[in-house]
Amino acid sequence: MKILKNLLKSPMFIIGAGLFFGTLLIALIGPIVYNMTMDRVGAQYAAPGGGYLLGLDDLGRDYVSLLLSGLRSSLYVGFLAGIIATTIGTLIGIYGGFRGGLVDDLLNMMTNLFVVIPQLVILILISASLQEGRSLTLIGVIIGLTGWTWSARAVRAQASALKSKDHISLAKLNGDNTLRVLLVHILPYIFSYVFMVFIIQVASGILSESAISMIGLGPLDTVSLGTILNQAKNTGALGDGVWWAFMPATATITVIVFALYLLNTSMDGVFNPRLRK
Amino acid sequence: MQSNNIFTAVNSVCSFGHGKKLVRAVDDVTFHIADEEIVSIVGGSGCGKSVLAKMMLGLHYPSAGTFLYKDKPITDHCVHWREVQAVFQDPFSCFNQFFPIRNQLKAAFGIYKDKPSNKEMEERVDQALLAVNVKPSEVEGKYPFELSGGQMQRMLLARIFVLRPKVLIADEPTSMVDACVRANILDYLMKLKEELKMTIVFITHDIGLAYYVSNRIFIMHKGKIIEQGTPDEVTQSPKSEHTIQLLEDIPEINREWIKA
Repeated sequence: MKILKNLLKSPMFIIGAGLFFGTLLIALIGPIVYNMTMDRVGAQYAAPGGGYLLGLDDLGRDYVSLLLSGLRSSLYVGFLAGIIATTIGTLIGIYGGFRGGLVDDLLNMMTNLFVVIPQLVILILISASLQEGRSLTLIGVIIGLTGWTWSARAVRAQASALKSKDHISLAKLNGDNTLRVLLVHILPYIFSYVFMVFIIQVASGILSESAISMIGLGPLDTVSLGTILNQAKNTGALGDGVWWAFMPATATITVIVFALYLLNTSMDGVFNPRLRK
Repeated sequence: MQSNNIFTAVNSVCSFGHGKKLVRAVDDVTFHIADEEIVSIVGGSGCGKSVLAKMMLGLHYPSAGTFLYKDKPITDHCVHWREVQAVFQDPFSCFNQFFPIRNQLKAAFGIYKDKPSNKEMEERVDQALLAVNVKPSEVEGKYPFELSGGQMQRMLLARIFVLRPKVLIADEPTSMVDACVRANILDYLMKLKEELKMTIVFITHDIGLAYYVSNRIFIMHKGKIIEQGTPDEVTQSPKSEHTIQLLEDIPEINREWIKA
């Protein structure tokens, strides 16, 4: 409760949370309030106005509907990738950091191996090899499976700092097994870090999805913010000055990722007392 | 023949690291501790006394030599900890700050194979709290960080009253509290010993304190036990220069203490 109070004192947190929950709200209730349609409703690249706030795309579809649906897809991919990456990273990091010794060395080596393999290259290779059935969920899973390394490193460092604390020894003397020590006596202490890592993973998940969709390797089953950009690129909207084809999608991605980074930074200031003013 | 040895160490070594960085925290120690004895292990910082305490708890294994509990090596931790328990130095870091203190006292029952009924556990926690002069209502629903240092140290002792072990390893239980609380804590320790017929291994840097409470004193320096004997033997006719140094370092009124 005290932490929440401290968080609410930080303007950065309020702006970040406001922006994030704002976009989340738009994504959730937008489709209910707004009459969404994916059908052709007018001429190619009709300018904004005339009943359609953000104009129409090259197939004459309404951009507001596309953006709402894209926003939902991007958030879905981000959270899916974030949950997968944070779970794997936390499990590997907490166990390695706590056990130490050979187990830790092996897990650390594996983490370092995954760190040096560039995530985007793997993503491009896997996406390119899957010509059919490249779904949004699959892309989220791939991003999660390739992006867990940073959470593992952050969590490992914290867990290994905690392992020699007295309350861990006492928990052992109480007869707690390793799983209980990890979940009850270590995880609560590093939960703030895990949560912060999770936020960064969600943000990088959204960015990664946009990046590979932008170059045409995105999901085939739905509209995402990245595929809107890809479509704009393919039809040459950028050169023709059709700003409503790429500006709103770019701005949406920027706003979500910016909000998440703000949240992360403001939490760092509260959870890490040394950074407190 | 059943001997009454609680701990037996013969040329025990506990080392960390390897190669050039090898540190022998406990170096070739030989001793035995008998049942119902109070033994103090005295030494300066980094002399290896805490490592020796962790060896007794089975948290560190000997790298060489033999280290026996009741004439057997320590193998099953859970069985060992049903009889050998500890009080640590820093009461603030000993409890998980996310759970109420009472639950954590109750969690100590986790060491038993068959836990007593919930009602009995609650009763034993209440009794343990009263034994250390804390009203159960005082700590009801309280979290560790809401208690004072003295109260926390008493919570650690209450945990021992809850578990009633045969052997207690007390690793500097009084170093973080003021002189008044220290006297109280020693009082409770003696009460525990009386009640439970415990063996106590008292780890401290304070030879004066050790003199008052122990049956025997071990002096440790650089991982070795350089002197052992009754408090009078050790303090009246010290053989080692480190013992003399430890004795000289006790602050006394009307004596020049810190030489320039």
